Amino acid sequence: MASSPEALVEARSLTKRFGRHVAVDGVDFRIERGEAFGFLGPNGAGKSSTMRMIGCVSPVTSGELRVLGMDPAGDGPRIRARLGVVPQEDTLDTELTVSDNLTIYGRYFGLSRTVIRERADELLEFAKLTERRHDRVDPLSGGMKRRLTIARALINRPEALLLDEPTTGLDPQARHLLWERLYRLKQEGVTLVLTTHYMEEAEQLCDRLVIMDRGRIAGEGTPRDLVARHATREVVELRFRSASDLRAALPRLAGVAERVEPLADRVLAYTGDGDATAAAIADNGVHPAAILVRRGTLEDVFLVLTGRTLED
Amino acid sequence: MSTAALRVVEREARVFRRLWRGTVFSAFVTPVLFLAALGLGLGGLVDEGGGRVAGLPYLVFVTPGLLAATAMQTAAGDALWPVMVGTKWARTFHAMVATPLRPRDVYTGLMAWTALRTTLAATMFLIVGAALGGVPSAWGLLAVPAAVLCGSAFFAPLAAYSATQHTEVAFPLIMRLGVMPLFLFSGTFFPVDQLPGWAQPVALASPLWHGVELARSATTGTFDGHSVIGHVLVLVGVLALGWYAGTCSWTRRLAG
Repeated sequence: MASSPEALVEARSLTKRFGRHVAVDGVDFRIERGEAFGFLGPNGAGKSSTMRMIGCVSPVTSGELRVLGMDPAGDGPRIRARLGVVPQEDTLDTELTVSDNLTIYGRYFGLSRTVIRERADELLEFAKLTERRHDRVDPLSGGMKRRLTIARALINRPEALLLDEPTTGLDPQARHLLWERLYRLKQEGVTLVLTTHYMEEAEQLCDRLVIMDRGRIAGEGTPRDLVARHATREVVELRFRSASDLRAALPRLAGVAERVEPLADRVLAYTGDGDATAAAIADNGVHPAAILVRRGTLEDVFLVLTGRTLED
Repeated sequence: MSTAALRVVEREARVFRRLWRGTVFSAFVTPVLFLAALGLGLGGLVDEGGGRVAGLPYLVFVTPGLLAATAMQTAAGDALWPVMVGTKWARTFHAMVATPLRPRDVYTGLMAWTALRTTLAATMFLIVGAALGGVPSAWGLLAVPAAVLCGSAFFAPLAAYSATQHTEVAFPLIMRLGVMPLFLFSGTFFPVDQLPGWAQPVALASPLWHGVELARSATTGTFDGHSVIGHVLVLVGVLALGWYAGTCSWTRRLAG
């Protein structure tokens, strides 16, 4: 890993332990300015712990971490002054109004009221909350609260926005609106650092990502690279009526694809040409309850690299 | 205090702006009720019986006691449930430490805010007490800082403790078995020499007793230099130890 002053975050052998539990187990990564960087992995993979160390609210157990060229151990407040944080759980002042939330948060950064007022107008517009500015936060929908949390995190014009599971718990419509807003930020050049266990979110938003599992990094690259390197262009998914049907079919699936991966409820066949593989499967006398040909995704990459699915 | 801690005070003031009517009203009604019942009602009986309490009319005796005890209760209440709200229920303290604020700024800022709230409560008490004739000396104004110091000596260690808790189950016990007995037996309603011999050292160890004695010196204008210094030292000592414990426990809780 070459060390240039441009890196926004640089970690080497970064480790976090809670008592005997190792949450983050010696990871290396580098986040550049202007990119959207993701940590993809299931719950408990160590993503949030990594994020809290980057956000300088959780001390590093061992290894090295530089954020904005500084050391979180000594420069926490100075680093945090230049970051925006969107935590996994909402931490809004729910008894106050939407605009009060922005004002109070801006004051934590020592911004003047005039500056906060100007920025708040813009941010409320961005978060589509202008009409709700004088309303209390409590009755707002989950999606609105998330957007307010993002607006709040932007009040100090941060050099990077850290988002921990930004759309977890939102309905699909609210999620898509949020993705659209984050995509806009990305186009404006804001560095995004996010954790997610949604493969789709990682594919939509991330220029580059690492796949995390059990505290370690299992793979790194652009979504397209990762799929090309570890999965195949297409995947044939076979569903069976029962687990015994599935087991019975396995011997007859050998050789129909580059690799055949049996899961609890389905079988995945990795192939360059899904239709040809599906035909070969039928020729071998295998008739599953359902058969689906789809593109290879990060979900497949995760499975190949860790032997587990993201939902595990 | 750092400017960072002042931002926390500012936030509390903004929250207060939405709720101030209730707080100010109860800060006024509490002394009226207590002083009417105990100072005038009970005090009337005591004084009719020809007795004085520690050489004072009962209203004069009980006013500084209640004043300091109210400060204690205000501060103790602020140090328990609101800490659970900020660390767990609404997680607003976690939002604060994602900014340049440090856990110790949050803790110190909340302590400063509670000091302002106890200033308000003690001032109201003093005004009502003086109007009823319970504050014979102009030195009585010093009872307000005495009460605030007393309240802070409760807030610091209690809030240090609250930050170690993940549920609120112990809080009502602390109020009932800790704060309430101190309220009753720290020289608030009667001199501690009325207590049985074994209980007297316990009462003297109570920070509230030191606060009550300080406030009483002020409202009656009778100062004994040695004991005043002693009371202040005890309260400042408890406050300092509590503050040190609090900076540690709040850092562990919010930045662990």
